[in-house]
Order: sequence, then C-alpha cells, then structure tokens
Amino acid sequence: MGLTGLEIYKKLPQTNCGECGSPTCLAFAMQLAEGKAELSECPDVSDEAKAALDAAAKPPIATITIGSGKYEREVGGETELFRHDKTFFNETGVAVAVSDEEDVAAKVEKINALTFERVGQEIAVDMIAVKNDSGDVNTFAEAVETVADNSERTLILVTEDAAAMEAALDIAADQNPLLYAATADNYEAMTELAEENDCPLAVRGEDLDSLAELTKKIDYENLVIDSGARQTSEVLRDQNVIRRLCIKKKFRPVGFPTITFTTKEDPQEEVMQASTYIAKYAGIVVLNNTVELAETLSLLAVRQNIYTDPRVPVTVEPNKVYEVGEPDENSPVFITTNFSLSYYSVEGDVSSSKEPAYIIPIDTDGTSVLTGWAADKFGGAKIGEIITEETDIEDRVDHRKLIIPGHVAVISGKLEEASGWDVLVGPRESSGIPSFIANRWESELNG
Amino acid sequence: MAVEMLKEKWTGQVAEVVIGATEEEGGTRTSTVTVGGETALPFLDFEGEIPNKPVVAYEVLDEEPEGWAEPLVEAWGDVYSDPVAWAKKCEEEGAELIALRLVSTNPAGQDRSPEEAAQTVKDVLDAVGVPLMVLGCEDAEKDNEVLKAVAEAAEGENLLIGATEEDNYKTIAGACMIHDHTLIAQSPVDMNIAKQLNILLTDLGVKENKIVIDPLLSSLGYGLEYSYSVMERVRLSALRDDKMLSMPVVAFAGKEAWRTKEPNTPTEENPQWGEQENRGVMWETLTASTVLQSGANILVMYHPQAAKNVQSLVDDLMEDNS
Repeated sequence: MGLTGLEIYKKLPQTNCGECGSPTCLAFAMQLAEGKAELSECPDVSDEAKAALDAAAKPPIATITIGSGKYEREVGGETELFRHDKTFFNETGVAVAVSDEEDVAAKVEKINALTFERVGQEIAVDMIAVKNDSGDVNTFAEAVETVADNSERTLILVTEDAAAMEAALDIAADQNPLLYAATADNYEAMTELAEENDCPLAVRGEDLDSLAELTKKIDYENLVIDSGARQTSEVLRDQNVIRRLCIKKKFRPVGFPTITFTTKEDPQEEVMQASTYIAKYAGIVVLNNTVELAETLSLLAVRQNIYTDPRVPVTVEPNKVYEVGEPDENSPVFITTNFSLSYYSVEGDVSSSKEPAYIIPIDTDGTSVLTGWAADKFGGAKIGEIITEETDIEDRVDHRKLIIPGHVAVISGKLEEASGWDVLVGPRESSGIPSFIANRWESELNG
Repeated sequence: MAVEMLKEKWTGQVAEVVIGATEEEGGTRTSTVTVGGETALPFLDFEGEIPNKPVVAYEVLDEEPEGWAEPLVEAWGDVYSDPVAWAKKCEEEGAELIALRLVSTNPAGQDRSPEEAAQTVKDVLDAVGVPLMVLGCEDAEKDNEVLKAVAEAAEGENLLIGATEEDNYKTIAGACMIHDHTLIAQSPVDMNIAKQLNILLTDLGVKENKIVIDPLLSSLGYGLEYSYSVMERVRLSALRDDKMLSMPVVAFAGKEAWRTKEPNTPTEENPQWGEQENRGVMWETLTASTVLQSGANILVMYHPQAAKNVQSLVDDLMEDNS
C-alpha cells in the first residue's frame, strides 16, 4: 500500500525551503505520492524518514534483471492482479532445463532452434537452466561451459552445492546468470556468491512460510522466489497468494518475481502446466523436457497474448494490400480496419472459406469497424483515397469491386464516388464471409 | 513465520447449471453434467467452494466437414459423415457432453429443414447417453426455426441450446422455457452486452440457472487475450454478486483454434513450426487451458487428444488444496 501525500508530509522537514522545486513541503509530498518526484530532491530529509519513505515507495514486486546481451530480461515489476486493470509488464521468462548428465551440446542445439516469428515479433525460449544432477563440481562446470559457449540464452545455474555454484560462476558470472537456489541449508554461502558476483539469486522454501522466513534472513535484494510447490494446483495457489500479498498488502518477504517448474514428462502436459503458470503470475517457468517446435511455438503464443498491453490497441500495418492464400486477378477484395482483432477475424474467416482473397486494412488508429466509422476514421471518401492512391490493388485485380463490412453499408455511396469502384456490402460479422464468397462472389464478378 | 493465505471476500456465487435430464427428471440421459456453483476464482479452493469441475465437450457436426485439417480428418474421418456414429465415437473417447452443431441447416449450404435437423438430434439422443448441446448454423432466422423444432422434438431432455443473441433471443428462449431446456446467451467479446442479454432473457422469464454465457472465444494467437479478459471480468462480476453475470461460461476452443493458420499449415510447408498434428492439438489445447484460468466452465473441443489433454489438466487443477 503506497503512502498518501499527507502521510509523507508528516515525515518531511516541513521547512518549505523550496529547494526541491516544489513551493511547499506539502506540494512536494503530493508529487511524491503520485510518483512524480524523487525523495533525494529534498536536501534536509532525515535518515529515519528516508528509510520509512523508501520502503513505502518501493514497488510491490521488485524488478530483477537476468542475463546479459540479446536475451537479457527483466522479470517482476508487476503492479496488477488482473491484466485488464492495466497490463502485465514483464513477460514470463521461459527456460528449458539441461541436465549435466545428458548430452548437453545436443540439447542446447535443440533449444537454440526455439525461436519463432509471430505478428512481427520474435518470440523465443530465452533461458537455459543447467542442472547439477551429477552432484559433481567439474561435470557441472563443464556443462555450464558447453551451454555458455554454444548459446546466447540466459543461464540459470541449478545447484545447491556452493562449490559447484562457485565453479560455474568462474565460467559464467559475467553473463548475469540466475543462481538457483538458496535454501535454509545453504543460504549464507549462496548469498555471498550472489553478492560477490552481483548476480540474481533464487530462494527456495519448503512452503510459503519457510520461504518468507528465508527471504527475511537474506540481506540481498536481487532475488527471485520459489515456494517449493510443484503439483499444478499447489503452484497455482501459491502464485495467487504471493501476487495478492504483494499487490494488496505490500508484504515485503515475497515482493519478488517467482520461478516455477513443470513436472510432467509428456511435453503436451508439461506445456499445459506452463501455460497455467504464465497466465497466473510466474516470473519464470522452467520446462524439463519440451524442446519440440510445435509445443513451444504454442506456449510462446500464450505468453505473447497474456502480456499484450490492453491499453494499446493492437494493430496491423494499415493501408496496404494483404494476401490470403494465393489470390489472382479475379479474387475478392475485402476492406476492414487496422484493429488487429478486426483484421484477424476477417483473415481467419477468409482463410476458412478456402478462397484466396485480398484484404486492405484501413488506418483507423486501431479501432474497430463501428468505432472507426463513428469517429470519422472509416468514411467512404477516406477509404476511396487510400485504395486508389496508397495501394496497388488496381494492378492486382481485373475487376473493380470492393467488399465492405455490412455494418457500414452507409458509406457505399461516398466510397464509390471517391474510388470509382463498385461497392458490395458484405456480411455484418466476418463469420458470414465464407458463405458470402460461396454464394455471391462469382455472380457479382460476372454480373 | 506464518504467511497469510490471503483470501478475497467474495459475496457472489456462479449459478449452478445442470445440462441433460435422466428418466426421473423427464429425459432419457444416462448421466447429466453440472457446471458452475463456485464461490472463488478458478481452482482457488482455499478461498471458496469449487463444487463442479470444468467440463470438456466434444463437438460433432451434422454434415461431413469440408476442408478440415489433416489431423482432424485422421481423428474423425471414419465417422464424420454420420453424426450418430461420430457422437458414439465421442462417447467412447470419454466425452461427458456432446455439442451437436447443425451446420447442414445453413441456407447457404444444404439448407436442411427444421424437421430433418430435429430428427438428427433425436437420432443422436437415441445413440448416446450423455447430455447434448445443440447449436444452430449461425443464420439467425434459420436458427430460430430449427432450434424451435429441436426444442420441441427433444422436450424434457434439458439440452443446452444455442445461441441467443441480443437482437435475436425471443424465439429460442421461448422454446427453451416451454420445453425445459437450457440456453446459451452469446455476446461479441463484450461484458456489457453479455449482461444486457441476460437481463433481457431473465425479463422474459428464463431462470438464471438455465443460462450459459458464451462471451465468444478468440483463438490463441488471434485475440485470445480479449476473450480471456472479458471472461475474467465476467467471473469477477459474478463473485461480486452481479446476478446478471453470474452464469457459467462456455468456450468453443476447437472451432476457433482450428480455423487459424497454425493448425492448418502442413508440416512440409513450414517445418520451422514443427509437426502439424502436435501443432494443431496444442493450439487447441492451449486456447482452452488458458481460458480455464479466466473462468471457462465448458470447453468445447475438436481433437480427441486436445480434449484429453484438457481433461487431464482439469483433474490436476482440481486437486484438493482447501
């Protein structure tokens, strides 16, 4: 819970010196409460007040940076329980585990292939968790070296043996790996290693209680936490409780991003577990087995969807011709908006019709058909101008027929006037497109 | 130190809806399905009651599907020209609920009559013991005729019939009330319209426990996040005791997932995406598994492996943590 302006004011020197830039201490307190000023701007604040205010001003969940270079990732820093309240900020880091008892290079090669492109974004497995299953220091160090040499992915070093961790850090400390894990038995040594190397440290409890106890003992802020739960419903419960304690109570001992582990052998079941944890708050999810392309692509799409910012309309690049299938000079031309949900609905229904077609999304600042029309962003004259002047659709088709969404039939006249094309009023919902094409297109084309 | 298991103080409850009717209840089903009734967010049994698990339904079409992706043809090709054989196979695969979609009634297609469609429903009811959902062809006028005939022919079976919409609900709702069925209230990814439609339906006399909300699902990768958040807001409203949003939610994961690009692209065309069957199955599975977290109570699936995946996840998520 953040402090109010008045609560902050009580802790300020109340001299109204104005050196912070605000005319009075009260005004400065209000600025602080809104996050628009920094406490360090006050020249006279006491250490005691500073400690109290710093603690209160801290975000509910720390933001932790893991890795370096291309796959560096921030996790945590979340402020919401539900994405619709604002957004989820930092995508869950997705890791695949490699045992130091298996063919490390071979698995790393498979993990390196887990990069895809979707809707213009690169999505990838971004971490590799190297596990010290052998229990041997040198074997672990060799495995870490093989991974570090063969992949740019961020490392998670999984061992509870401080000597093995130290050996691994000798190789990879400069890559800012996550050390997993400090436990009740080893936390002093692990914390020292993390501090020395300035690396993030994961802390694992036996349950939420022992986790909170442990993080209170550890005088280090660069933490990731694990409640120790592994059964799917227990993980879900702990993820929910941790997020609530952070957001609603600012309960410091769990104010860190979480790391979760899947347990299923079967890749499909494993990926389902992971999708659950991505939806519900995991900072990092570590997969044990899955290196299959199809399963991973699907999982990364879940992450991409859940972490899409609901405040920003998702758009496709407007005012250009998109092809569905391999359309030719006789294929229909559909007009829609550049709101991605509008565009992809049309695209999906055109592809399910199995008839190739062109789609031209008009720039409506990412609003839907009716909203765009109501806001004067989807009018006949504007669309006509875009079609004729900004696209090359005239060269691509022999006919001169545009299909518009049924909801905006009213723009037909102006659009015909501005474009010189005939306008066909299509179905109101994109789901009517397949039958529209099947029943109307050929006769319209020949008619 | 003892960490507080922070519970929300919810005041509402999701309506408990039964689908199907046994002989004692005036139908002929050998089992029924109950969904809803929860007083907590999905699977959080430490803060409230989760009396019924989410249910997986298998979708069956009443005509041979055209242009289906190869993995679906492999799964259902031996039966999919016959809805009765198809439904039976679903039951053998472990379906607890079957969703029969009367696509053949579409005026733009076979345009089968309401009587023929009603007969198909009766044939499927005769062939299987599990309860049925019956869905129209998404042509409002035709659906009114067809679903009315279906409701009459299957009187007392407590079908889940869909879908009513804001501008087309009276005929179907009336038929469901007269002939003892439950109905689907569909709204276009919009919580306000979902609420408005439920108000209209209850004003007409439909009981709250005879409605299932379909907030329209978008597939993984194609707007899933919109549906996810609308469902989540619907569920939060229910738990905050908004009776007009307290009904269970249905999600047509199979239909939505399998019409997108990823499940339909053959392996050879894009080997970088991995094997097509797994890709299709996972695209559908994760569409469903994700909305389990935002409150979906009925998941309607296409591929038997995806259906089994989701059933197994539900079993894991339902493990007792109270």
